[in-house]
Amino acid sequence: MSTEHHVTPLRVYFTVFALLLGLTFLTWWVATIDLGAWNTTIAISVAMTKVMLVVLWFMHVKYSNKLIWFFAAAGVYWLVLLFGFVMTDYLTRLPVTGWGG
Amino acid sequence: MTAASKQHASTKESNYLTAGYGVRSWLLTVDHKRIALLYLISLTTFFSVGGLFAVLIRLELLTPQGDLFQSETYNKLFTMHGIFMVFFFLVPSIPAVLGNFFLPLMIGARDVAFPKLNLLSWYVYAAGGLVTLFAMFAGGVDTGWTFYAPYSSTYANSHVILAALGIFITGFSSILTGVNFIATTHRMRAPGLTWMRLPLFVWANYATSLIMVLGTPVIAVTILLVAIERLLHVGIFDPALGGDPILFQHLFWFYSHPAVYIMILPGMGVMSEIVACFTRKRIFGYKIVAMSSLAIAILGFLVWGHHMFVSGQSMYAGFVFSLLSMLVAVPSAIKVFNWTATMYRGSITFATPMLYALGFIGLFTIGGLTGIFLAAMALDIHVHDTYFVVAHFHYVMVGGMVMAYLGGLHFYWPKMFGRMYHEGLAKVAAVMIFIGFNLTFFPQFLLGYLGMPRRYHVYDEDFQVLNVLSTAGASVLGLGFALPICYLIFSLKFGKKVGDNPWDAAGLEWTISSPPYEHNFHEIPEVTEEAYDYGKREAARV
Amino acid sequence: MSDATHTGPLAHHFETLEQQNETSAIGMWAFLVQEVMFFGGMFACYIVYRHMYPTAFLEGSAHLDPLLGGINTAVLLGSSLTMALAVRAAQLGKRGQTALLIGATVVLGLVFFGVKYFEYAEKWHHGLVPGLHWAPTGNPDPHLHIFFALYFIMTGMHALHMVIGFVLMAFVGVRALRGRYSPENYIGVEVLGLYWHFVDLVWIFLFPLLYLLSAHLGGGAH
Repeated sequence: MSTEHHVTPLRVYFTVFALLLGLTFLTWWVATIDLGAWNTTIAISVAMTKVMLVVLWFMHVKYSNKLIWFFAAAGVYWLVLLFGFVMTDYLTRLPVTGWGG
Repeated sequence: MTAASKQHASTKESNYLTAGYGVRSWLLTVDHKRIALLYLISLTTFFSVGGLFAVLIRLELLTPQGDLFQSETYNKLFTMHGIFMVFFFLVPSIPAVLGNFFLPLMIGARDVAFPKLNLLSWYVYAAGGLVTLFAMFAGGVDTGWTFYAPYSSTYANSHVILAALGIFITGFSSILTGVNFIATTHRMRAPGLTWMRLPLFVWANYATSLIMVLGTPVIAVTILLVAIERLLHVGIFDPALGGDPILFQHLFWFYSHPAVYIMILPGMGVMSEIVACFTRKRIFGYKIVAMSSLAIAILGFLVWGHHMFVSGQSMYAGFVFSLLSMLVAVPSAIKVFNWTATMYRGSITFATPMLYALGFIGLFTIGGLTGIFLAAMALDIHVHDTYFVVAHFHYVMVGGMVMAYLGGLHFYWPKMFGRMYHEGLAKVAAVMIFIGFNLTFFPQFLLGYLGMPRRYHVYDEDFQVLNVLSTAGASVLGLGFALPICYLIFSLKFGKKVGDNPWDAAGLEWTISSPPYEHNFHEIPEVTEEAYDYGKREAARV
Repeated sequence: MSDATHTGPLAHHFETLEQQNETSAIGMWAFLVQEVMFFGGMFACYIVYRHMYPTAFLEGSAHLDPLLGGINTAVLLGSSLTMALAVRAAQLGKRGQTALLIGATVVLGLVFFGVKYFEYAEKWHHGLVPGLHWAPTGNPDPHLHIFFALYFIMTGMHALHMVIGFVLMAFVGVRALRGRYSPENYIGVEVLGLYWHFVDLVWIFLFPLLYLLSAHLGGGAH
């Protein structure tokens, strides 16, 4: 596996770290503007971008073999299954006005 | 010199059983074979405890009145039966015993990838079991094995947290085993042993490990949330506190439906080994049988909502789950067809393992087909929470999984201990279990269809005849289960010694001595053949 | 391993160091997939309840301070950086630097805990801890406690994972100092790094989903 022998240059690590800090600031800045439902969409997109940066460079997936990609993808896929099917139920329920209250 | 003859060179040397003596050498072992035996002993204990509860349940149901137990006690009986059988027997059974023992042997490895983690997983399992036993002695749990909220999180007056803790702990054992098997299968295979040459038992255990790793954490967190709600009365699942009980069911079944595939998939793997060996043929459609294991692991996660058709889940979600549930029957059916096709024109020997395999095919088919009935929303609403459901999952779990487990245990027993059990007694036991099982659970299909609800200790007098039949069957079944425990233990000391390959079976596990050496292989073998090369063996014999 | 037939860092059941390293990496990744699903269960609860009670979540989020959350995000990202650099040092065989960077990661983790302690104490003071001390002032949303239940469960579980990380880092750090790792055999540091980055990933999602929901309403108010 190429991970074992690939030494990432320091410059790359610091660039990624700077990008992560920048994106953290961006996510806060966007949150201060009222964009309705877009606020959440942007927040999640920025978080995903940050995750990609960490996974690809800090966790060395960029230099790893297919199997590691497969595991990373499996985690995401099953998470989507869980959220997706649970919300299939909640989004198609007949309207209820809260529980127990 | 071939790999096989090299392994024979020093048969005299100590094997894994004689490599060390004393309690310490067992409790601190990192040898996968010894860990498998530790699991075998503890699993048999929990199976017996679960079985004891089943006996009490069937005794109570002999008569329509509540003669033996109060309803509260009865609730605890079926709950403890379910908890012990599901979490402490069915889920770990084949992976932890036969998988631990044979996965490294089958792929030509000296051990699993992480031997210490393997031992840890047994300790974690044992700790979880002890906590649950403690919960049982402290007074038991009455929520049903499903722990449905808000009853479990708010209203039940039994030891929910203790039992939940036991299951939570045991879950980690499952996860560790899964992680271990995945790494082992990926990186510990002998040279030349490509994926398409792997025995189907390895494929099945790999698929099972995927489910263990992906599903178990979700039930862990769900149980944790129930415990938190019960301890602190924060609103998570209790509608009185603003929570949603159906969310509990979603999270619970996200694991617990795939969990039935954790239970049945390794059994299917054992089936492939047995059927190939006792028909002397390559498995028909090897590739598709291997792929169907993966298909079950993936599709199994898409169907959990069929447990919730009457729970208040949106009916549109119900449609989707119903359709997808039909789909997951396909890979299971492929397996059954392919075993049957393998037997076609094979030279079949009716040794004990094969008897269990034949039992599996018949009973699993009934269990699987009634599963399709239940996946159809309209019929499910009619038979929901009746004995029809109870009969269905016992046909899959006992008729499928337990049959395969016993078949596998008999098949591999001479390899594990170097001695053969009494074949005559073993056949009697296999037939008793088959007859007893059908007599116990077939009447329950009828009872359920007629409308007898599950989880009640009293019932309408019209149902008594079928219930008496069921209890009679349970007694035969119980004796059938007791018999192997006796003659298998007896064979450890008095069984006839056998050679390295008593069944003339294919596979790396049969090339080494019985019982295997401490580190399995003196030299890692090189694989040049596909799995199940029985054709060649038969040709060589003529 | 006591029963090893080989000597040195290679365990008895592996043929080569490379095989051993790859196997450990795969094991860790499989474990991380498990972790993803563990937190996934909690995030599923978050999604469902935020869908059911959007106003309670807006109100709850207003009780959290985006500045403190932001500082903690930066601190945790910094600890990920030091961890990644520790792995790099191990790759290059610099054992002192490896141990030092692992130490720095622990220190940053403790800074995170310091901020977290301050936040938790403040919630306690305002009676915003469901189940233990629930006495919100004013006219709170009837489902506010669900937001805070999830807040404490999710951040609490995240913190628990950090504590486990500290224990692992102490173990690996000492081994690094003793020279147990080399450019050929540093997989222990590598998998520790994978684990720590995962802990960071969870927080990357927790920060916007918990702290920033009501920032556009003039957020950060108490």
